Amino acid sequence: MRPRTTLATAGRILRQLRGDHRTVALMLVVPCVLLGLLAWVYSQAPGEVFDEVGPALLGVFPLVVMFIVTSIATLRERTTGTLERLLTTPLGKGDLMLGYALAFGVMAVLQALVASAFAVWVCGLDIEGPVWLLVVIAVVDAVLGTALGLLASGFARTEFQAVQFMPAFVLPQFLLCGLLLPRDRMPGVLEAVSDVLPLSYAVDAMTDVATQADPLGDVLPSLGVMLVWVALALVLGSLTLRRRTP
Amino acid sequence: MTDAAIVVEDLRVLRGGREVLPGLSMTVPRGQVVGLLGPSGGGKSTLMRALVGVQVVAGGTVSVLGAPAGSASLRRRVGYLTQAPSVYADLTVRDNVRYFAAVLGADATAVERAIEAVHLSDHAGARVANLSGGQLSRTSLACTLVGDPEVLVLDEPTVGLDPVLRRELWEIFRGLAAEGRTLVVSSHVMDEAVRCDRLLLLRAGALLSDSTLAELLARTGTEDAEPAFLALIDAAEDDGGSGRGRRGAGAEA
Repeated sequence: MRPRTTLATAGRILRQLRGDHRTVALMLVVPCVLLGLLAWVYSQAPGEVFDEVGPALLGVFPLVVMFIVTSIATLRERTTGTLERLLTTPLGKGDLMLGYALAFGVMAVLQALVASAFAVWVCGLDIEGPVWLLVVIAVVDAVLGTALGLLASGFARTEFQAVQFMPAFVLPQFLLCGLLLPRDRMPGVLEAVSDVLPLSYAVDAMTDVATQADPLGDVLPSLGVMLVWVALALVLGSLTLRRRTP
Repeated sequence: MTDAAIVVEDLRVLRGGREVLPGLSMTVPRGQVVGLLGPSGGGKSTLMRALVGVQVVAGGTVSVLGAPAGSASLRRRVGYLTQAPSVYADLTVRDNVRYFAAVLGADATAVERAIEAVHLSDHAGARVANLSGGQLSRTSLACTLVGDPEVLVLDEPTVGLDPVLRRELWEIFRGLAAEGRTLVVSSHVMDEAVRCDRLLLLRAGALLSDSTLAELLARTGTEDAEPAFLALIDAAEDDGGSGRGRRGAGAEA
């Protein structure tokens, strides 16, 4: 692995995205539209339901969007033959994985800034903790989505399979992340499973920032677990890249 | 030190449960352009994938520049052009070549030189998606040339190109060989046989011929590459051959 190759790869991926205005717009606008829609749904409900659900969704959207974009982008590298070609060059598998993580990490920062700003200033989301921490969590969350997307695309052979991996990888995490029912009220087995899944920690961290004035002590361990998942997914993902294929 | 750039011994490759290469041996001398010809489905692309080390092989050895094919030390020295142009359609020609240059450790002057070599300087700023098929495959070739490899494995680099461009590309190939580089070029176009130093005819995974064009013509008593190949293939089928891959053999040779 060499930094120059990693950066060149990240730059190339960002350049590809820059030429695709519609994808960039979708990545930035869709989370805002969904948050706005949700705020509207709860606008006449008693209590402060949006303040409870909104932060959790800020933890769900970046992961979902980045998961889809990344798994399709890397699958495209496989099907167009650019991956096979790259694997005949000195490019390290880690260069490719980190290049993707870096490039989509940059997109994640943008998306997190836009979605968080929209949630707080337009939808009137009340947050007790610091907004910058909300953004940090959203970025780690999006990088997590990228890493999981890279891993999932290693198991997809066609676009149809790649798209199906979204419900397969992400929806179970969504059901168990504590948004529908607090995790400690789930059946013991499901709670144990949700204790392992990374999205649970993203949602926990977001909720901590929303409800506590000084949440750093609770958020850091959650961020730690998410980063372990990022590393794990990137390592496992690079194992699915084979220089030799049948 | 041997003067062979590529030595293949008893190479066996299975794809989808079928024996595509049932035990192939060949040698490619350094500094030559070797043409790999034969009916489609005969194993040309599989052999080329084995030469660059991306093909899982069932047996035998492939060594390139004295090292096993696909070794880390060869990744900068061997250039591979896939049959389908493998470049990023949503980038410009220059951005594509630049990226592969960065990966291969080449500099900015190499980028412009590679684009110039395939006559795409006028289109360097154009997105690949907007280019014609011929320009697309030339972009792909530029991404191989930019690394300045010692051995080039080119899978049908001239397919779909007009005669003028084909001639220009062959002049590039001849120039590269004159500098001491080794090229393995597969082709369907028989008149390209005259451009090669040696010709390998591959049918059903077996080498029917490995010689210069002159030797081939003398052996078959023909005056041109195409009838010579047809004569060899007919002879192989009359022998009963191996029977393998006969379905694929035919029209294209």
